[in-house]
Amino acid sequence: MDGALILIQILNGLQLGVLLFLLAAGLTLVFGIMDFINLAHGAFYMLGAFICATLAIWFDSFLIAVLLAVPITFVIGVVVELGVARQLYQADHLEQILATFGLILIADTLVQMIWGPQGMTFALPEVLNGQVQLLYGVEFPVYRVLIISVGLLVALALYLVVSHTRTGMLIRAGASNRRMVEALGVDIRMLFTLVFAAGAAMAGLAGLMIAPITEASIGMGNEILIVAFVVIVIGGIGSVQGAFFGAMLVGLIDTLGRAFLDDLLGLVLSHQAAETSAPAISAMLIYILMVVILYFRPQGLFGVRAS
Amino acid sequence: MTKTFIRCALVLAAFALPGTGLAQSVKIGFVTTLTTGAAVIGNDMRDAVNLAVEDLNGKMGDLDIDVIFADDGFKPETGKQVTDKLVKSDDVDFVAGYIWSHVLLASQKSVLSAEKFLISANAGPSQLAGKLCHRDFFSTSWQNDQTPMAMGAVLSQKGIGKLYVMAPNYAAGKNMIAGVERTFKGEIVGKDLTKWGKDAQLDFSAELAKAKASGAEAIFVFYPGKAGGAFMKQYEQAGLANKLPLYTVFTVDAISLPKLQQANMKAVLGSLTTGFWGPGLKTPQNQQFVSGFREKYGRYPSFYAAQSYDSIFLINSAVEAVGGNLRDRDGMRAAMEKAAFPSVRGSFSYGANHFPIQNFYLLEVVADGDGNWTTEIRSTVLENHQDTYVADCQL
Amino acid sequence: MTLRSGGWFAGAVLLGAFLLPAWVVYAREPFVLDVVTRLMILAIAASSLNLILGYSGMVSLGHAVFLGIGAYAAGIPAYYELNNGWLQLAVALGASGIFALLTGLVCLRTRGAYFIMITLAFAQMMYFIFVSIEEYGGDDGLVIYSRSEMGFGVDLNDNVQLYFLVLFCLAAVLGFMRRLTQSDFGQVIRSIKINEPRMQALGFATFQYRLVCYVISGMVCGLAGWLLGNFTGFISPEMMDWTRSGELIAMVLLGGAATVAGPLVGAAIFIGVETLLPDFTVYWHLYLGILLIIVAKFGRGGLLGWWTQWRKDPR
Repeated sequence: MDGALILIQILNGLQLGVLLFLLAAGLTLVFGIMDFINLAHGAFYMLGAFICATLAIWFDSFLIAVLLAVPITFVIGVVVELGVARQLYQADHLEQILATFGLILIADTLVQMIWGPQGMTFALPEVLNGQVQLLYGVEFPVYRVLIISVGLLVALALYLVVSHTRTGMLIRAGASNRRMVEALGVDIRMLFTLVFAAGAAMAGLAGLMIAPITEASIGMGNEILIVAFVVIVIGGIGSVQGAFFGAMLVGLIDTLGRAFLDDLLGLVLSHQAAETSAPAISAMLIYILMVVILYFRPQGLFGVRAS
Repeated sequence: MTKTFIRCALVLAAFALPGTGLAQSVKIGFVTTLTTGAAVIGNDMRDAVNLAVEDLNGKMGDLDIDVIFADDGFKPETGKQVTDKLVKSDDVDFVAGYIWSHVLLASQKSVLSAEKFLISANAGPSQLAGKLCHRDFFSTSWQNDQTPMAMGAVLSQKGIGKLYVMAPNYAAGKNMIAGVERTFKGEIVGKDLTKWGKDAQLDFSAELAKAKASGAEAIFVFYPGKAGGAFMKQYEQAGLANKLPLYTVFTVDAISLPKLQQANMKAVLGSLTTGFWGPGLKTPQNQQFVSGFREKYGRYPSFYAAQSYDSIFLINSAVEAVGGNLRDRDGMRAAMEKAAFPSVRGSFSYGANHFPIQNFYLLEVVADGDGNWTTEIRSTVLENHQDTYVADCQL
Repeated sequence: MTLRSGGWFAGAVLLGAFLLPAWVVYAREPFVLDVVTRLMILAIAASSLNLILGYSGMVSLGHAVFLGIGAYAAGIPAYYELNNGWLQLAVALGASGIFALLTGLVCLRTRGAYFIMITLAFAQMMYFIFVSIEEYGGDDGLVIYSRSEMGFGVDLNDNVQLYFLVLFCLAAVLGFMRRLTQSDFGQVIRSIKINEPRMQALGFATFQYRLVCYVISGMVCGLAGWLLGNFTGFISPEMMDWTRSGELIAMVLLGGAATVAGPLVGAAIFIGVETLLPDFTVYWHLYLGILLIIVAKFGRGGLLGWWTQWRKDPR
């Protein structure tokens, strides 16, 4: 294990981390403020990817596609909030789980009806397709550097909005004490719609950024969503900072686990056993982390209240 | 209690038996994946089956062909359920299809214990070639190890000393790696098995970084379906195209190539793969199949399609041999064992475990006359090759 | 639902279930027997979830883990050709009980959404553990070649006999649930759901009550898993996937939470949809999704709730 390889794997972990953050940020705010468990949040991740892929092929430009796809997912977020989600804020968690589980099935089927089962892929512009030399001997794909940068910028922007604007103040107040915000006479419904749609747009951004690496495919949001839930529970529900640190922690543990665990396990297990069990055990690490954190801090790392 | 009920029921049944005249049609259940992203493979197979039925004018001997497609949802458990339904409710005569080794392994008992014929049009897990081999099981594809064994031989011929291998962590993935290891004479410097199934891992950044740092001279991968496309893109983006030549099996095919071409992933042109079949194979049946398929669906057929097309013609040879008497199972089995049907791969024979003994070719990814990306046969790597598990088969 | 109409309903269903195998043989529809066997097994699982979810208000998104544990308790001994059903059953109940006890000690410290997520986390851990054990098939799963041997002249390889075993288990579980929820213990559990601090103030050790409830629920689901493993003859980690837990929740809510018959009705609806709709359209998930949303939005009390409502006020 040389230093360069470890550095590259840390960057890979950061890339997964920022994607998780973009998903988790919306999830944690919606959960924290509206007390709404949205299992279907991953659908926006998928939609972002499919819409971007369609536009990229249409306009033959990745940039235009991104600039259009993010607002489109925002609008879809508004529509879903007004049409479905809003009705469920008053329901208990159980009914929310059932309804959003239904929404997942609907979203996946609609995507299959519109785009077919095969998924979509598209080309990156030449400039993004190459490698960049970070240090001597450390080359890293340009596009992945871009993902990390965009993710960090969005995180910074979100932090500034939440901690330095009036809207942000309301969001924070809502996450820690919803009734009080309502009592202040703020148009809370506007705020809800805004938060929900912004969360959708961020999830869409994450989805469209990963699409050129993997592809836009049906159900792509469902498994990563479970990981995003782990992130927000680790970080503390309702906390954007918590979501950020949770996402980085989970991204790094998952990637470094996949990268180095088989070598580490090889020291104690047979070579064969280490190779097959390492991917599963590294996938398990994040859940172990979550249980340990919840055991000592039932409200998560940055949690303001135990739900 | 139970027995009383059954006896009563039998008495009743004797009075009101549903009609039991001679069969008017041959019923074929075809299990493949029609939902999830892997449906793209399933659709290709379904198209090929429908084409085969058309080319037979809808008849096997005097019997009508009735194909019932069923979706395994890419899950072994669902695959087994739909297989049970085909066997018990639809009462089919043949069950064919199966893309995935684990789905086939989960489903085989349902078909074989009900005394129906089971024909794999793709999956070839080692268990069914060896210990679990069965007189009523036939394959129109290959045993999983064979294609990578051909690739291992190619890699050795090219003088490659250090190899990195990657495959998904499931039955076929492990078989593919075992196959390469069997014939590759150099050293395997790194191996990654990645998460598979409906939440398969598609971002290979950590693994590619390891491969790059491993000092390997070439990389061998097996990523069927959409994972193949994802792998190719990241392989190119990671800048490995000139440093770590790519050798694949079942990854670059007629399903992934159009998408790769659309995404302009030129790194794949010139990459090498092995297989028992290529669209350019010059057998009469293959030329009819490929031109018919391209005419009807406007694209090249994949090897999945070729095998599915063959499965219908294999069944046809059995039905014709017994003159449509579907109760003559011994006669149908004997006919199929001869492999006397026109196969797209040309003539071949069956081993004792009912897996084909056949040639394997080296294929190169090229652009055809019209600029469409496809694979072209370069040379024959293995002649009349039989899998190694046949020794464990007690037939 | 009044006790008398409930009794009629249960009697009719039981009689129908008893006569079904005869009809199946008569009509030559062996697949129907499969579907109903599967339905009853899932009804047992849903019933066990109902105990914690419906009666005690603990929403678990990882309950399918007990299905998996029970199924592997049949499959792993069978892999070593230990086919004694009583041994396997003991392993299934023991393992799921111990797992419920250990995880319950951690899970029950949390509330609400955190409870949902921590049950999910434990289920995912078990999922990945079984994925990584290659000896038992890993991701590919494990084929069971011979069903459990129960002795007493019972042969579970006969589908009809397995059917009656499952029917017996289902009746026993539903009867048990009825008695349990109407007992003093059941009253305490319901009261804890409504107002835990009050029950604590009254001197009840609420944590212990909830833990016992959780362990019972896990063991009953382990029983369902053992039956499911025997029935399908194939086990894979997929059985513990969180989507399967979501399906169990859907069954409970479709039928009606906190009722004894609700999970059975819910399982029947769910299996009905899953079996019949795919014949009409490959897009059947769309309709299932719409059904779930309707139930979540309007269906407080599920189908049984509607039925009681309608009987009170038929319009």
